[in-house]
Amino acid sequence: MKIAVCIKAVPDTETKIKVAADNKNIDFADVRFITSPYDEFAIEEALKLKEKLGGETTVFSLGGLEAAEVLRDALARGMDNAVHLKDESFVNLDPLSVGKALAAAIKDGGFDAVFCGQQGVGGDNSQVPAILAELLALPQATLVVKLEITDSKFRAEREIEGAHEFVEGTLPAVFSAQKGLNEPRYPSIKGVMAARRKEIATKDAQALGLAGKIGKDNCKMIIREVTPPPARPQGRLIEGDADTQAKTLVELLRNEAQVI
Amino acid sequence: MSQNILVFIEQRAGQIRKSSLEALSEARRQAKTTSSQIQAVVIGANIKPLAAQLHKYKPNKIVLIDGEAYANYSTEGYTQALAEAIKKENPAYVFAAHTSMAKDLMPRVATRLDAPLASDVVELKNEAGKILAVRPMYSGKVYGTVEFTSPQAFLTLRPNRFEASESTNGGDVAQEDFAPAQANIRAKVVETHAATGQKIELSEAPIIVSGGRGIKGPENWAMLQELCDVLGAALGASRAVVDAGWIDHGHQVGQTGKTVSPQLYIACGISGAIQHLAGMSSSKVIVAINKDADAPIFKSATYGLVGDVFEIVPKVTEELRKLNLGS
Ligand SMILES: Cc1cc2nc3c(=O)[nH]c(=O)nc-3n(C[C@H](O)[C@H](O)[C@H](O)COP(=O)(O)OP(=O)(O)OC[C@H]3O[C@@H](n4cnc5c(N)ncnc54)[C@H](O)[C@@H]3O)c2cc1C
Ligand SMILES: Nc1ncnc2c1ncn2[C@@H]1O[C@H](COP(=O)(O)O)[C@@H](O)[C@H]1O
Repeated sequence: MKIAVCIKAVPDTETKIKVAADNKNIDFADVRFITSPYDEFAIEEALKLKEKLGGETTVFSLGGLEAAEVLRDALARGMDNAVHLKDESFVNLDPLSVGKALAAAIKDGGFDAVFCGQQGVGGDNSQVPAILAELLALPQATLVVKLEITDSKFRAEREIEGAHEFVEGTLPAVFSAQKGLNEPRYPSIKGVMAARRKEIATKDAQALGLAGKIGKDNCKMIIREVTPPPARPQGRLIEGDADTQAKTLVELLRNEAQVI
Repeated sequence: MSQNILVFIEQRAGQIRKSSLEALSEARRQAKTTSSQIQAVVIGANIKPLAAQLHKYKPNKIVLIDGEAYANYSTEGYTQALAEAIKKENPAYVFAAHTSMAKDLMPRVATRLDAPLASDVVELKNEAGKILAVRPMYSGKVYGTVEFTSPQAFLTLRPNRFEASESTNGGDVAQEDFAPAQANIRAKVVETHAATGQKIELSEAPIIVSGGRGIKGPENWAMLQELCDVLGAALGASRAVVDAGWIDHGHQVGQTGKTVSPQLYIACGISGAIQHLAGMSSSKVIVAINKDADAPIFKSATYGLVGDVFEIVPKVTEELRKLNLGS
């Protein structure tokens, strides 16, 4: 089995997110980066598959220095190879452009399975896995909470509204991981030591055959403005004993908020 | 250039999703300002009866892609069908509801047409006929306004954010059967199992009652379920109780769970961690019941009740019963 995993470096979910001075992005000054939580499930699934079926695992990330950090962490968890997609033109890309760059890096690798997270937290797009499957002309199963692979066939359980559905198909394929797929392992000390000695390959736009084709000016979707969320109306505390609180609440929901 | 809007109408087992009707209604509202045409596209097997329901929302045209091949969802089959319908109609915008099917399907269709997609959109702005999409980013900690530079763009709209409304004006609704070429299908849905218990789907529920670690144990879901029943609400949960195995992940609200936007969200024994707020802070009215007056949830609450969930929740249920909401 040759397995590819795509991971994105994202601000720690605890981070205070502030709008940058130009109102076009967030302020990355004090941001600590982590592997996007869903991508940890993607890494874990790849490691488990390799343990079961043998093979080789390669992790890809597009981004700046923060991408190199999460790649190093993935190596420490046990991934075999890491590829950093890095180019001056790879900033503020839309999901379609990210997909094109990743597809270019993955397409000739002979991978049997490509794993992504179901959503890169932050951008919150939930797009790259399906974009990648389309560009690689592969079948896909997204939002996967359980996966079985035997003899180049897969059966994936997906979480959908009010139900679970089961998708069957053939490899090679693209999968996106939903929470519940597995329990991600942490890097071991040994893993961390070994990862330090491993090399992270880098590929720029030229190497990917994308020079002049990807970048801010080629994006079909641009973020014009980033603003703080609309302020919530001032809340109020409902005082009194439990009886009074319950009565007041129901009265307010009915007559003031008019939601029941 | 046309400003036509094509709306993908999602159906499962012959039921149109409410959030698709929201998307269709919003398309019509947008069209009013730009005098454009609206096409509604439905894919499935034996879906002709659904047309009558769509007529009430007054698209200009309903396109039915009806065939056994679409009885079960497959990414490849639906991608091919929808992409061909879009090519034929050539709209400026494609709308769909932001659902688990849309997350699977829409980026793939958009990519086939080399078009951009703005997902999980909560507000549309119209600038001289051009649609701008407002979408939460960083789990709602900031909002981004997105502009398209291509002739065609896709938008998936967050459920419960746009009103579904039938229309009496507007002209005739044309109806058309369309049979796209068969796709090479290498993966498809073979079975669907309805989740047990939940009668109303979380992401579409107008009212949600959620429980956190403050409810002490899974045996106390019954208390929240009673409140759900009088309100016709869906049951949600914090990650802490999902991780503790008290309830299935399908109920989890938050950054690594569902994003919800109900009219009313009642948080019971939930502290209001930033990752939980990420999933529910766009709810219209938030009620927090928590015994710790300093719990962060109170900062987001419309109505805060400091006290014991075990005392307050049954009393609220009792008060609501007196209103006979269901009848
Ligand atoms: C990467 C990441 C992703 C995450 N994703 C999510 C997510 O999607 N959703 C999510 O919810 N969390 C998520 N979390 C976890 C989040 O940080 C919190 O740990 C979690 O939300 C806490 O759940 P809780 O409010 O139920 O529990 P607690 O924080 O333990 O709060 C329990 C509350 O109950 C109150 N209480 C106790 N007894 C009573 C009583 N008798 N009556 C009234 N109140 C009482 C307490 O005062 C307290 O405020 C995530 C964390 C990380 C790091
Ligand atoms: N810059 C990136 N580098 C590598 N993988 C990415 C990148 N952006 C997105 N992905 C992958 O695509 C998934 C979904 O991301 P998104 O579509 O941005 O929500 C992520 O969980 C990653 O697996």
